Amino acid sequence: MASHVRAEGLTKVFGDAPKKALEAQGSGRDAAWIREQLGQTLAVDDVSFEVEAGELFVVMGLSGSGKSTVIRMLNRLVEPSAGEVWIGDERVGALDNRGLRELRQRRMSMVFQHFALFPHRTVVENAAFGLKVQGVEPDERRERAEEALETVGLAGWSEHYPSELSGGMQQRVGLARGLATQADILLMDEPFSALDPLIRREMQGLLAELQSELQRTIVFITHDLNEAMLLGDRICVLRQGRVVQIGTGAQIIASPASDYVAEFVADVDRSRVLTADIAMREPRRVFAPTASPQEVLDWLAGQEANGVYVLAEDGRVLGVARDDRLARGLGEGAREIGGLLTDDYANVPPDTLLADLSALAARNSVPIAVTDDTGKLLGVVPRARLLASLAGTEVSTGPQAAGRDPNGAGRGRQEPADA
Amino acid sequence: MPELLAQQIAPDLDVAGWASDAVDWLLDNLAFIFGPLRTIVSALVGWVETLLVGPPVVVILLAFTAIAYFAVGWAFALFTLAAFLLVDAMGHFEATMVSLALVVVAALLAVAIGIPLGILAARSSTASAVIKPLMDFMQTMPAFVYLLLAVIFFRIGVVPGVIASLVFSMPPAVRLTELGIRHVDREVVEAAEAFGATPRTVLTGVQLPLALPSIMAGVNQVIMLALSMVVIAGLAGAGGLGGIIVEGVQRLRVGLGFEGGLAVVILAIFLDRVTAGFGAGDAGARGTA
Ligand SMILES: Nc1ncnc2c1ncn2[C@@H]1O[C@H](COP(=O)(O)OP(=O)(O)OP(=O)(O)O)[C@@H](O)[C@H]1O
Ligand SMILES: [Mg+2]
Repeated sequence: MASHVRAEGLTKVFGDAPKKALEAQGSGRDAAWIREQLGQTLAVDDVSFEVEAGELFVVMGLSGSGKSTVIRMLNRLVEPSAGEVWIGDERVGALDNRGLRELRQRRMSMVFQHFALFPHRTVVENAAFGLKVQGVEPDERRERAEEALETVGLAGWSEHYPSELSGGMQQRVGLARGLATQADILLMDEPFSALDPLIRREMQGLLAELQSELQRTIVFITHDLNEAMLLGDRICVLRQGRVVQIGTGAQIIASPASDYVAEFVADVDRSRVLTADIAMREPRRVFAPTASPQEVLDWLAGQEANGVYVLAEDGRVLGVARDDRLARGLGEGAREIGGLLTDDYANVPPDTLLADLSALAARNSVPIAVTDDTGKLLGVVPRARLLASLAGTEVSTGPQAAGRDPNGAGRGRQEPADA
Repeated sequence: MPELLAQQIAPDLDVAGWASDAVDWLLDNLAFIFGPLRTIVSALVGWVETLLVGPPVVVILLAFTAIAYFAVGWAFALFTLAAFLLVDAMGHFEATMVSLALVVVAALLAVAIGIPLGILAARSSTASAVIKPLMDFMQTMPAFVYLLLAVIFFRIGVVPGVIASLVFSMPPAVRLTELGIRHVDREVVEAAEAFGATPRTVLTGVQLPLALPSIMAGVNQVIMLALSMVVIAGLAGAGGLGGIIVEGVQRLRVGLGFEGGLAVVILAIFLDRVTAGFGAGDAGARGTA
């Protein structure tokens, strides 16, 4: 059972007068004021978030926004000035030294920006370090370390020293070291920032793949928005030590909480981040298969559209009633539209990227249908709306905003069928 | 005008009086320490001396050559063999070994005290703030002053030589140990801590191994400084090469002085290259896993 991580009002002051700074913070002063007036660094300012078990939670922000300090307070490499961290129902701040070591040995491990490998130990000794600290016997330790190395694609490199490996391979060792202890929480502080773009992609792929298998609870730091979007179930945006927004990548892009976030996300390729459920809206109207062709034709006449979705009672899409078929049916004396339906429509799941929708948009007489995996209609994406979403000209007002967890249930693999 | 410039403007302070009072007080009250200390140090030197002087010259010679070979290489081994043969040819082999014994004991003690002090200074900024100026003081105070003090406390002989060398040569061990530990990549130390290593494991498993090149550079400097004290120690009757050089100076026997000096230089080159060689070797990839 993976544990979940909760940060409550985490605050860190660097400087010789943290009390004063905390008082100022309490009375609403921000980091800039505290630096100017008190000469103290309020690196992290009242940060709260909750990471679900098995979630990959990204903390993002510019340099100096307090990301490293936040992640280091989770395992108390940096002692919080105020606030609490909970791992499951264990309060990290209440642990004594021994308890803290135990926590770090068994439940949390960490991967570092500059790999932080032990240069005087071989690759396998590096990977086994956590196990050695735990007191695991040499034979078992070696076996498990080798296993971890294999997982990250480094089988056969055990006896080399880190300096003999390329940057990407070194970080694989760092990852193996983090995975070997089987800690269910993985803290990653900009693990791929120091790598070349190509290697970075490769490592992102590796992590995504591992995570879909291992389902660790991961707190992942980055300043690269595309990386955040690619990997993160949810993203927390920090600015000057404060949380400005927490949500899925799509939510953050579709409705940035402030100009700061908007600017941050401005040059993201929206079509590769936004999904159908962000762009969709409620269909104007749907009909039951028992409706009369005349009634539907009358409605269509006022809509400048030539088709409409027909749903079963449980909301499943039965087909599309298209004006030409209806007219013909009417002439042949049909009483209900149920027999006149076509399957002239495109149908996608809610997590389809807008990039993939574009190709479908022009083809049919009705907007694209977004359906869940039982075939129930969740909403429709008209072409105009798709283009507006891609251009970023429209703030999300669609039906998806209602009835969704405001914190944003993860998009992707661990998402339950959306109601 | 010149008289005015030369005039003393500060009130008279009898620092000399205080210093000698302090020394008297120490002599009166800490005699119980100086006595045993003297016995221990002189026993240590005696023991190392027996080790170096006892066996036939050829055994020592071959041992040195072997050490030179393993620490540096065959060329240096040849040099070592030739150089110590020269020392023997000059008839100063025994005196050289006596001096070496003094250097070895002084350096060992300096390292044994200096490295822990350096570790302490690296781990606590308060300790560092106290230790650093103390080391500066120790290193800049002229070596003769130590000798003077050491003679007062330990009387004439090899012991004041060792003690003065020890005090004079210790600072680099402290300084370079602290420096080495403080310069270990912070992220690497954090990594060890993040996996729940105890402070002790962080020290012995990460910080010390990674600080080893720096620490070995410190040890090397300690040995060189201790060696530089050999001649001065000769003044206190420590014997060895120092004794020979002092004799050469006092009786104006230039040749004898030169021979003694040459032997010191040979010993210095040998010790320097060998310790530097071991340092570089250990600092490589291999470690204490
Ligand atoms: N040990 C420290 N002592 C004093 N100030 C610190 C310390 N660590 C961090 N800070 C300050 O706290 C602020 C936040 O630093 P932090 O390292 O958490 O930022 P970051 O978001 O990780 O930045 P980067 O992207 O550059 O890694 C910065 O202003 C930094 O100078
Ligand atoms: Mg950082």
